[in-house]
Amino acid sequence: MTHKTRVVRQEDLDPGFFDFFTSLPGGEQILSCIQCGTCSGSCPFANDMDHTPRAIIAMMRAGMVEDVLNSTTPYYCASCYSCAARCPRDINITEVMYLLKNISQLKGKYGSFYSIFGALTRRYGRMFEGELMLRAMLKTDPLKLPGFTPLGIRMFLKGKLKPLPSLIAGRGELQRLYDYAQEAGSVGREVGS
Amino acid sequence: MKHYAYYPGCSLHATAADYDVSARAVMNHLDISYSELDDWNCCGATALASDSYLFSLLAPARNLALAGGDKGDMVVACNACYVAEKRALKAFKEGGEWSKRITEGLLRIDKEIDDDVEVLHLLQVLVNEVGLEEIENRAVCNLEGLKLAPYYGCQYSRPETEGIHPESPMDLERLLEVTGAEVLDFNKKTRCCGSSLMSTKEEHALRLCGEILKEADYMHADAIVVTCPLCQLNLDAFQPRVNGLLGTDYRIPVLFFTQVVGLALGLDPKALGIGKQLTSCSGFLEKYRKGA
Repeated sequence: MTHKTRVVRQEDLDPGFFDFFTSLPGGEQILSCIQCGTCSGSCPFANDMDHTPRAIIAMMRAGMVEDVLNSTTPYYCASCYSCAARCPRDINITEVMYLLKNISQLKGKYGSFYSIFGALTRRYGRMFEGELMLRAMLKTDPLKLPGFTPLGIRMFLKGKLKPLPSLIAGRGELQRLYDYAQEAGSVGREVGS
Repeated sequence: MKHYAYYPGCSLHATAADYDVSARAVMNHLDISYSELDDWNCCGATALASDSYLFSLLAPARNLALAGGDKGDMVVACNACYVAEKRALKAFKEGGEWSKRITEGLLRIDKEIDDDVEVLHLLQVLVNEVGLEEIENRAVCNLEGLKLAPYYGCQYSRPETEGIHPESPMDLERLLEVTGAEVLDFNKKTRCCGSSLMSTKEEHALRLCGEILKEADYMHADAIVVTCPLCQLNLDAFQPRVNGLLGTDYRIPVLFFTQVVGLALGLDPKALGIGKQLTSCSGFLEKYRKGA
């Protein structure tokens, strides 16, 4: 977490972003935030994020759209739901982070692991963990690959890594569901349009 | 007895194949009637929402539509699948905008969700549906002398599971007590292991795993007992990397609850996939054999 004093200029703010976000089904939850910070205090990754979950909600209210969408915060969310379980206003902050991940994904941030995960789900119908890890690593940090080879070999020998993906018969159905999601307005579509 | 639609999830067909083997062995032994859900797909876990929020509801919704009715309630072994399927079911039942889109989407593939379908974790089925008394009666092997650290991870009890405290569930403790083992009061039992951040932010996830292993080591646990394949993978396969980062020397076996219950039921360790762990279980097995 960094603490920089920075002047935020009125002309850089986009109050429309808050209206947009709260118009999303589930997004309206942040209207009831009382900025108590219980979420930040409960989050196992709060110290690693550039802005805590509480701060992100405050920034959304202020219309600091660029800072919110460029923030690392959603990508440190491990979906542990500690914040959601403790929020005195019953805000499911994990869902808020999902919405934010989806929106910032469209802007091409931090997304490779998640977009590869999505592509593999649609292609095979089931996750092919070996390919996911390999492709994600090649895209983000190929230098780490040699360090992981011994672990990969040990897992393979224990029968924990499969050489081939398993395909389901309903792959076409999944693709049709995805096409519908693109059409019917996933969050991304609404932001992009 | 009820019939269940067993949803193993992708991990149980790969990195956690021993969870699948032991789950089936225990279900068969306890005469639980089940069939694997036909042509199930990946639930999307916690990753899919980042790719497409609506698709992250539709993918698990297809599984929900495949279960229900004669197929039975969905019984899920993996915490991430459990939370993903429950999330889709909740969105569907709430009847709002997402519910409308789930119904519309499924209509495109001529499917619909049975209103009565429920999503259960395999641990709940053992504790609540089979019952502790029945398991105790069937147990032939006392695990006395083994110290077990029950570890649920996050998504068994959170964000919400009816009748269960989000930060202090007790199902695993109650089940393990039936085996005769010493069940530790493990205060990291619902602390996050880092989950998929092990792929994207490894060092940060390793530190969280380090906290959990440290507590288990301090309490002299013979094994950490888990309910989730991703927690198992992070704590077991990545244990040497935790040691490398933190300068520790943890060697704590990480077993699935189905493997421990299977031992108490008198099933063979090999038939339960014990020995497939990357952190050796030989010390644990030696103690078990002495007691048994």
